[in-house]
Amino acid sequence: MTVITGSTPLRPEREWSIGWTDVGPFLALLALLLIGFLINPDFLSATNLGNVITRSAFIAIIAVGATFVISSGGLDLSVGSMAAFITGVTIMFMNAMAPDWGVLAIPAGMAIAVAIGLACGLLNGVIVTVGKIEPFIATLGTMGIFRALITYMSDGGTIPIDRSLRDAYRPVYFGTVGGIPYPILISIAVAALASFVLYKMKYGRKCAAVGANEDVARYSGISIIKTRTIAYAIQGACVAVAAICYVPRLGAATPTTGVLWELQVITAVVIGGTALRGGKGHVWGTVAGAVILELIANLMVLSDFVSEYLVAGVQGVIIIIAMLIQRFSK
Amino acid sequence: MFRIKRIAAVAVGTLLIAGHALAADKKVVAVSIPAADHGWTAGIVYHAQAAAKEINAAFPNVEVIVKTSPSATAQVSALEDLSARRKLDALVILPHTSEELTTPVKAVKDAGTFITVVDRGLNDPTIQDLYVAGDNIAVGRNTAKFMIDKLGGKGNLVVLRGIPTVIDDERIKGFQDTIKGTSLKILDIQYANWNSDEAFKLMQDYLAKYPQIDAVWANDDDMLLGVLEAVKQSGRKDIKLALGGNGMKDIVKKVIDGDAMTPVETPYPPAMIKTAIYMTVANLIGQAPVRGTVKLDAPLITRENAKEYYFPDSPF
Repeated sequence: MTVITGSTPLRPEREWSIGWTDVGPFLALLALLLIGFLINPDFLSATNLGNVITRSAFIAIIAVGATFVISSGGLDLSVGSMAAFITGVTIMFMNAMAPDWGVLAIPAGMAIAVAIGLACGLLNGVIVTVGKIEPFIATLGTMGIFRALITYMSDGGTIPIDRSLRDAYRPVYFGTVGGIPYPILISIAVAALASFVLYKMKYGRKCAAVGANEDVARYSGISIIKTRTIAYAIQGACVAVAAICYVPRLGAATPTTGVLWELQVITAVVIGGTALRGGKGHVWGTVAGAVILELIANLMVLSDFVSEYLVAGVQGVIIIIAMLIQRFSK
Repeated sequence: MFRIKRIAAVAVGTLLIAGHALAADKKVVAVSIPAADHGWTAGIVYHAQAAAKEINAAFPNVEVIVKTSPSATAQVSALEDLSARRKLDALVILPHTSEELTTPVKAVKDAGTFITVVDRGLNDPTIQDLYVAGDNIAVGRNTAKFMIDKLGGKGNLVVLRGIPTVIDDERIKGFQDTIKGTSLKILDIQYANWNSDEAFKLMQDYLAKYPQIDAVWANDDDMLLGVLEAVKQSGRKDIKLALGGNGMKDIVKKVIDGDAMTPVETPYPPAMIKTAIYMTVANLIGQAPVRGTVKLDAPLITRENAKEYYFPDSPF
């Protein structure tokens, strides 16, 4: 446990060499785009790419948060359930405020969403750090709790947003600025902010240090508890931002909202070049990873040679091959 | 000292017997169903509870107990608890899985309980006294018939299917068999796991892939909600029909309102649990013979009859 290994050692800041881990995901992305174009030229149409990148935004935003958690040596399995829970609570608050506040209920609801996200993340963080429970088990527990809460709040059915808010809120998913959909802009902003925190601020270095080697970090005077707890809180806030973008898409929360998102999120982070056992995080790689996952699913539908029964299998094979290429091209 | 104990024991015994006699006056009907974890099961829970409330109010000598279970294992335990506590006169069960529930239900049957099975059959059909289910093949068939009529027998279709199960296979089979021989062409068929989000994505992809789509069939209403959003976003005008199935209240409402794209609906109603409970009680109280198999048809819900299938208070 004390041996520092890993494909992502902490590099001195001044070194400018760009490693394969940094470009790998983007090369994979380019390769995928090329293959996609050869299979079906429609693949590169602006509408299709716009759709795919827009819908990868939820996973991308949550995965940016997960980059912090995983980089600091943690893991969060509860993000999918948490997204559903926050979506449900946000809609209920917005609906309750709509009669008095009108359209202002939307920004108020968004603020509440972020507050709840932070609280949920903090809860995970405290259980893991202060409670000293393995992240896998702790977040598996909260995953069940959040899922049960959304099921309970909706009686197993749906929590729809008030009709008077529906049209006003819709542009947050479907609207564009200069032709670029809002969710894409929001995920770029989240990723930019995250990369600033992770690479330019002291906290980012603490995060990677704690993830790379806990003991060394502790001897250097870094508070493990504080660093990890903050990472989980950031994760919670990111889930809330994703939930805010998610609500206007279908205008409802259901017990099946966000099912298995946690696995997509973790996959995106790992494809992006961050090691699952902690260490340096790769924010932009993570975003590329999320887009890659969504592109693969899109490609499966646009191509005609995969039977509907085998889609999931082929997706799995592509992900593994992409990881192998990254590994051996180093 | 010894005598007091004996008197106490006798007294307790008498009470127990009296209590038992009191309970025996009431006919007990246990209803064991899956817990609400998505729209359709939420509907099952809603209608089962409604039936229990109505029957308990109408017949003072019947007690309907509803027990929900989140998994097959939990349902097996629930059955053991229900039957251990008191004698059950009847059991209405919607099994989580056929395999795991067959033996436990048999054990309840052997104790002399009337067994009503709903929706999913057990592996051994001799256990059930009454079997109530919807007709999944008819769901596919009736949707297909409507599409053939409406589109004049030709056009391009895309289909979204659910989770690989018998239910899904039957619906798809009913649909495919019916359009065979017509000029309706299924351009594509993919799984969207009965999930609105996955259906939204899949429909976006269909729209990107095919320039001309005349009709969409999502074999469940949760998926239809995602499909409708994707179509709305694309602004495409070529899609004439987008149909679902199951009888979700939002979609039935569309039919009532005369929606152009979704003018009809095919039911696979969760209210079938209510049919089963009422029939079971009819047998228990009214000596009405009900043993046999009841297969609810999936008649088209149109604007004329939609009110019959609209439950605004139900979560589904």
